[in-house]
Amino acid sequence: MNVRAHMSMLFHLDKCIGCHTCSVACKNLWTDRKGTEYMWWNNVETRPGAGYPTGWEEQERFQGGWELGKNGELELRLHSRARGLSRLFFNPALPTLDDYYEPYTFRYQDLFNAPEGNDQPTAIPISMVTGEPIQIQAGPSWDDDLGGSNLYAKNDPNWEGVDPDIQAQMHEIERVVFNYLPRICNHCLNPACVAACPSGAIYKRAEDGVVLVNENKCKAWRMCVAACPYKKVYYNWSTGKSEKCILCFPRLETGQAPACAHSCVGRIRYMGVLLYDADKIYAAASAPEERLVEAQREAILDPFDPAVIAAAKEGGLDDEWIKAAQNSPAYKFVKLWKLALPLHPEYRTVAMMFYIPPLSPIVSTLERGLIKLDLPPERMDFELFENLDKARLPLEYLANMFAAGNVALIEPILKKMLAVRILKRRQSVYGEVDAQTLALLEAAGTNLEEAEAIYRLTTLPTLEERFVIPPYHREAAAELYNDPLAHKGEVGLGYIQPPRRGE
Amino acid sequence: MNWNTLLFLVFPYVALALAVVVSILRMRGRPFSVSAQSSQLLESRKLYFGSTAMHWGLVLILGAHLLAVLLPKGLLLWSAVPLRLYLLEITGLALALWAGVGVWILLARRLSEARIRVVSTPMDYVVLLLLLVSIITGIITASAYRFGSYWFPAVFTPYLWSLFTLQPRPELVADLPFWIQFHVFNFWLLVAVFPFSRLIHIVTVPLGYLWRPWQIVIWLRRKRPLRATPPAVPHPAPASKPQPALQDKGGSYGSD
Ligand code: HEM
Ligand code: SF4
Ligand code: SF4
Repeated sequence: MNVRAHMSMLFHLDKCIGCHTCSVACKNLWTDRKGTEYMWWNNVETRPGAGYPTGWEEQERFQGGWELGKNGELELRLHSRARGLSRLFFNPALPTLDDYYEPYTFRYQDLFNAPEGNDQPTAIPISMVTGEPIQIQAGPSWDDDLGGSNLYAKNDPNWEGVDPDIQAQMHEIERVVFNYLPRICNHCLNPACVAACPSGAIYKRAEDGVVLVNENKCKAWRMCVAACPYKKVYYNWSTGKSEKCILCFPRLETGQAPACAHSCVGRIRYMGVLLYDADKIYAAASAPEERLVEAQREAILDPFDPAVIAAAKEGGLDDEWIKAAQNSPAYKFVKLWKLALPLHPEYRTVAMMFYIPPLSPIVSTLERGLIKLDLPPERMDFELFENLDKARLPLEYLANMFAAGNVALIEPILKKMLAVRILKRRQSVYGEVDAQTLALLEAAGTNLEEAEAIYRLTTLPTLEERFVIPPYHREAAAELYNDPLAHKGEVGLGYIQPPRRGE
Repeated sequence: MNWNTLLFLVFPYVALALAVVVSILRMRGRPFSVSAQSSQLLESRKLYFGSTAMHWGLVLILGAHLLAVLLPKGLLLWSAVPLRLYLLEITGLALALWAGVGVWILLARRLSEARIRVVSTPMDYVVLLLLLVSIITGIITASAYRFGSYWFPAVFTPYLWSLFTLQPRPELVADLPFWIQFHVFNFWLLVAVFPFSRLIHIVTVPLGYLWRPWQIVIWLRRKRPLRATPPAVPHPAPASKPQPALQDKGGSYGSD
């Protein structure tokens, strides 16, 4: 057992209100610079939809992630090593700026400088790349809230395998349903970006799992951009270096949650330590498709297990990190309650950010249908529980997104969450828990105690319960191999050199 | 000192010294500046035709030149048979034309695409122009003074070796026709420009990728031997501006 710690974020999708506060917090903090205007290290997509960059899940086109070779060994979808070198001059799978959008601003001076006249002056849009006026064709979250549209939602690759009739219904305006999908870099255990970089400029930090680009080693071969199946490495067109989400490591190291999580209005985000067995990464990444999630859960360890604790200490983890792993909301949702899943496990990068799939859109539509059936109210909850498969947002759709198409993984999660909801409703409406409800909890594979804990961490967590961040003791790190006095004045945020092109 | 000594002895040494010293200084002191500075994100189609043609053409031709310097006897033996000589010369010419078209496309792309223009430095144009000159003079040399594969080993191989072994014999190129001299001088110009331009990306070819492990994991806290810190490279004007002091905002973290 080779125990390491990972800082993992958890997204409770039911709670996301699609306000984009997270994206703006991130933008203001990290990507408000020349060359990074189009980068959204955090973005929020409306699903069903095409996402950002448009169609990023179409791996036949973008060649992201890993696949199993003939003998069952992992291979980068993008290239073999030699192939990668031969494509340095031109990388066919690289998205162009038009797959994102040409960043723009408006010439606001026009509003003040316009000569007096009969018409209202307007601020014309100008490109932030060329400075020339442009016709805006697309933007970040261009399909925001257009869940049912024929233009965007129809192109969502996660419809694969969903009955065409159901798909057609989904685009009828009365049946529109959507949820939000906030995304950051998944700081994968088997990152394709790291493996694809010919310079070896990208690396994973062993202490907390953050995946970073060494800007000094990056030589603009831009293979990482294509290889990341989540399209979460971006190429800075001005400096000629790739950049990506850094999980706000300077904040983590000072005990603060990442900016996106901290600013989250819906408080959908949790952050905590997961202990994992580094020796099991390969098995988790190369498991057969239907076992992928299970294999990843196996690689994540129980922080209460004495053997794990002993191995963790041997691996250099201090008590506070182990304690943080025990209190970690990520551990509870992912491993203990099995409610959270990685996004697109079939990409085999072993993503370490987790999602609790959305329940509300499914139930609310069903509820309406049931009211028409004139069911007595006390029957209704139970009817919902039995009819999950008739939900408007098909389970297959969610399964394609979070479980490599495996509906059997989604169903128990939704049932458990629904059971918690029914329990709380019965408790607050009827003031008691009857035998029927208890039976339902059991059918959902849970019990009173667990349901109560899930309820509390879902709806009532304090800041300290949502973000369990262990002390990094970063000060100890520099001292070990560098003279801190010599580094005085050099450390801190920002560039040591100004980030100018070729300088 | 006559012109010949200046252009084919002094200048080559200056160029080589610059190439070596400045490249090392730049890669160690300002590694952030070293990059191929891809512009594929901004424009992809023309780059495909231009970059692929220019790179494959130039890499193969440079490789052939290098072989001729290292194995002159082999080249002579190969070219002893007329069929093989024609094959070699025609391939070389075709590659040069291909590379030339590539450079031309890249130059046109830099001038015509608005997005590429904004990321173009004067040095980018200089490099492309020098390459174009290099290819054109090369094509003239190869077609007007046949056959290079006969006289290259007799003239350039000893000339280059004489420079590398510090026993320079610039007189070897003194009486060559103008276009050939131009081609040679242009090469030394490229060498001189190399460390100051994006051409430096040529020495960063990541061959290590062929054998490095797929994944790279770095420990920040594992004990490492105490290392002397490299002296910080002082940066001119902008960085020496006083930094505003971090403001203490007060209040406690976590007012949720
Ligand atoms: C064999 C190793 C080489 C590699 C891996 C390499 C790679 C690259 C890459 C990735 C770019 C950026 C292309 C883009 O915009 O996306 C580039 C540009 C360029 N390379 Fe190379 N290169 C190599 C050798 C050379 C050689 C031998 C020369 C010339 C002597 C050269 C001259 C150039 C020039 C002039 C550009 C700029 C093209 C433009 O104007 O856009 N390269 N190279
Ligand atoms: S999600 Fe992040 S860690 Fe994973 S492959 Fe993409 S950039 Fe790399
Ligand atoms: S801030 Fe939170 S609630 Fe708002 S879009 Fe982002 S993740 Fe969703």
